[in-house]
Amino acid sequence: MKRYLFNTRAYAYVAVFVALLFLPRFLGAYHLMMFESGLAFAIMAMAHNLLLRYGGLLSFGHGAYFACGAYGVGLLARYYPDHFSFELAILCALALSLAISVLFGFLVVRHTRIFFSILTLALSMLIFAILVKAYNFTGGSDGIRVEIPTFFGYEFDMRRIQFLVGPYYYILLGVFTAATLTLLAIVNSPFGKALQATRDNELRAEMIGAQVKKTRWYAFVISGLFAGLAGAVWSFVNGHITPEISDWVFSGEIVYMVLLGGFMVFEGPIVGALVFTYLKLYAISSTEYWMLIIGSTLVILVLLLPGGITGGFRSLFLRLKR
Amino acid sequence: MLEVSNLVKSFGKFMVINGAEFTIQENEIVGLLGPNGAGKTTLVNLISGHLFPDSGAIMLSGRNITKAPPYQRIKLGIARNFQITQLFEELIVLDNVRNCLLSLQNKLNRFFKPASAYKEATEEALEILDTFNLGRFAGELAANLSEGDKKILDTAMAFALRSKFLLLDEPTSGVATADKFKVMDTIIQAIKDRGTATMIIEHDMDIVSDYCQKVMVLSEGRILAQGEPQAVMENQLVQETLFGVSDE
Repeated sequence: MKRYLFNTRAYAYVAVFVALLFLPRFLGAYHLMMFESGLAFAIMAMAHNLLLRYGGLLSFGHGAYFACGAYGVGLLARYYPDHFSFELAILCALALSLAISVLFGFLVVRHTRIFFSILTLALSMLIFAILVKAYNFTGGSDGIRVEIPTFFGYEFDMRRIQFLVGPYYYILLGVFTAATLTLLAIVNSPFGKALQATRDNELRAEMIGAQVKKTRWYAFVISGLFAGLAGAVWSFVNGHITPEISDWVFSGEIVYMVLLGGFMVFEGPIVGALVFTYLKLYAISSTEYWMLIIGSTLVILVLLLPGGITGGFRSLFLRLKR
Repeated sequence: MLEVSNLVKSFGKFMVINGAEFTIQENEIVGLLGPNGAGKTTLVNLISGHLFPDSGAIMLSGRNITKAPPYQRIKLGIARNFQITQLFEELIVLDNVRNCLLSLQNKLNRFFKPASAYKEATEEALEILDTFNLGRFAGELAANLSEGDKKILDTAMAFALRSKFLLLDEPTSGVATADKFKVMDTIIQAIKDRGTATMIIEHDMDIVSDYCQKVMVLSEGRILAQGEPQAVMENQLVQETLFGVSDE
């Protein structure tokens, strides 16, 4: 049974991956770029769900780590434009988000439930304040422009749009695939099981010898790292970064993506992030009251489909199988 | 092997454990009796490291563990179950036990390789589940087990920690009366096979006298009496405390 499930999942992954490889043939430049943002958000949402689904911890400040990643790239672009390569930019992004999530994680894992959520929110606003106020260093609310990077020594001599719909799509797809497989491996690893154990029963986890706070801290750092990675790959797509991505509104959108896609299924956040990207796009382009659409979707979701899109499909599938 | 001396623990002004002293030998299975509120569970919490005493000492094989955190005590060989079952309900039964084994092998911080690829731990977990007649539930979520089976799984998890000293807090409460002795037989057989020293808290006198070589009676935070089950039960003071009867 389990083997069978694993195989179907593996086949589905391969099928989706192949389909994604050919996607640029079917999507226009604009939609492909939207899809790229969606993929970056998907990494972000999976990182968030590592804490929510597997750690039982709802972070309301994940924008901060996303911003760390994006600013890791941005600051490199701003201060060392001669060394602005993709690989170095990713390293800077990971280093910055690692440093911040190690520090913040150490503080927040002392608490769970609403206290955890509020603490993450408060700390993310600290990052927001720094990004806005340290104008000379970060460019303040004007943000930083992100140019086309070199890629392992190779220079892309093309316009931004060509870069994005061409080579960058495959780079991003590679990063996305690697991130998905790594996170999937982590949730099934002994560490992932220990994390789920701390979620289910803190007392028992401690009494089988797991170190609860340490486990949560590690999970927080891993989540922060992937959030940073997402921010980094997103910054190239957007071409410009501003402190808004560390604002609580964006952190709220991350939670929204995860809930929309369904947090009980590992792949749920991916679906959520992609659907949200398009939902927001169409909502904004169709009415100035777009927030109303987003908000009412959330209400409908919570009332009718608490398991999100993937949760809905799963229960439908289970009902049909019976 | 386990030595408890002059243990004191109070919650506010209320002295729950008030100078408890006892020793438990290797291979010994000891029953702990006492009226409600005597401090039995607190004693278990103190020995397992869930609580720390105000004063007194706990020694395991000559090593002072009074202030050691739970995870160290587990590595040193103290494991416990819970009177009110504490499981990882949203993990499958196999994972509940396998987590214990992986913890023991210091592998809970391993990333990437799936837990199911740890063959040794997986096979041992399945063996333990078979020992406790839970093998057929290995792939079920722990939350879906019956109350009785949850209780047995709880004990199996404590057992999986391969301790030198095992604390069993009412291992059969919540198990159907008809099954009680069957469950106890299983548990005791497994313990004896390994030669684990064990302290069992139990309300059921028949269970205590059937399975324990020694009985201790805890009352108002002290050990009131200890010795062979028969002798202790006949002790008048014990009868008064436990059953509230006294010869006129």
